[in-house]
Amino acid sequence: MKIEILGTGCAKCKALEEAAKQAVAKSGKFAQIEKVEDIMKIMEYGVVSTPGLVIDGKVVSTGKLLSVDEIVDLIKAN
Amino acid sequence: MFDWWENIVDKLVYETWGMSSESALGSAIHFFIYDTIKIWFLLLTIIFAVSFLRTWVNTEYVRAHLQGKSALYGHVGASLFGIITPFCSCSAIPLFLGFIQARIPVGVTFSYLISAPMNNEIAIAMLFGLFGWKVTAIYIVFGLMVAIIGGYLIGKMNVEKEILLEVKPTDTALEAELVRLTFKDRAKEAWRYTSDIFRKIYLYVLLGVGVGAWIHGYIPTDLIARYTGESNPFAVIIAVIMGIPMYSNAAGVMPLIEVLTSKGMLLGTALSFMMAVTALSLPEALILKKILSLKLIGIFFTIVGSGIIVIGYLFNAIL
Repeated sequence: MKIEILGTGCAKCKALEEAAKQAVAKSGKFAQIEKVEDIMKIMEYGVVSTPGLVIDGKVVSTGKLLSVDEIVDLIKAN
Repeated sequence: MFDWWENIVDKLVYETWGMSSESALGSAIHFFIYDTIKIWFLLLTIIFAVSFLRTWVNTEYVRAHLQGKSALYGHVGASLFGIITPFCSCSAIPLFLGFIQARIPVGVTFSYLISAPMNNEIAIAMLFGLFGWKVTAIYIVFGLMVAIIGGYLIGKMNVEKEILLEVKPTDTALEAELVRLTFKDRAKEAWRYTSDIFRKIYLYVLLGVGVGAWIHGYIPTDLIARYTGESNPFAVIIAVIMGIPMYSNAAGVMPLIEVLTSKGMLLGTALSFMMAVTALSLPEALILKKILSLKLIGIFFTIVGSGIIVIGYLFNAIL
């Protein structure tokens, strides 16, 4: 599983990355986490409000700082 | 609406604590307790209501909705959507480029970029709490006009070449989908957002009302009227310039403006100041500088600034 955090370096983006790391640990699944800061790549995902969360190439959340539990739910659902 | 609350504070300050309503200290303390609690309450309710409505629409939806629409619909629609979508200046770049990518005209993008921060939930809640619904409505209606006309004018100036980053426009039609969530999840999300914002600003409100209460009790009215009232023809322009660096402190600044208004500052000047605080933000300009030329940012600030100044003088002349 690959989880990408889309964001150009705002405070919320960093917080989301941190939450995603904790969520992966909590879910017990193996996942690779990557921070995407390149604006052109963010555009390719069609995201216009950061931070965005992408799981295996699918955009699952935009413009929100999700809680650890919410990310765990998303990891399990995808 | 808050008469009952005023009665309670009246009893507490003037009867239980035995202060005189004529004394500066008594009226300052009364003002402080009454205003702080009232504004906190309104902030919580209004931010909750706005963020609840927002759980249906996100910026991606707005972009898809505005794609391929006529210029008139674009400017008006973008400005209206600016009211109900959240805006963070940290998102300004993906937003701007994303709109261009969807072939939404630069002018329409600016309409949104002017309206969204101006009609932010904190400003609306503070205005409603301090000035009542009439001034809030005037602020929103004239704010929308600045966004619609300002965006239109910027679009007419052929500024496409002033965008420093090349974006490849997509030809695929984007799908506009409302966010699907259960009612409970919407309420939960709205509450989390509300408490986040409240925690960030409640101290500023306290501070702003505190200083306001002090002015209310101790600074003579003629002094304020002399500098901010009719006798100062440049008051509106000075107010707009002073408003530019204050974006993050809207919650703390607005209580001061209310007190100044009650002591002789003209309402048009107050409106201009508050619009400048929200619509012209220095941090946003610095972020946009990464993708827009200085010239375009200059045009943006000049047009919005002039619009706000015109509104201020117009109101001072009419009211």
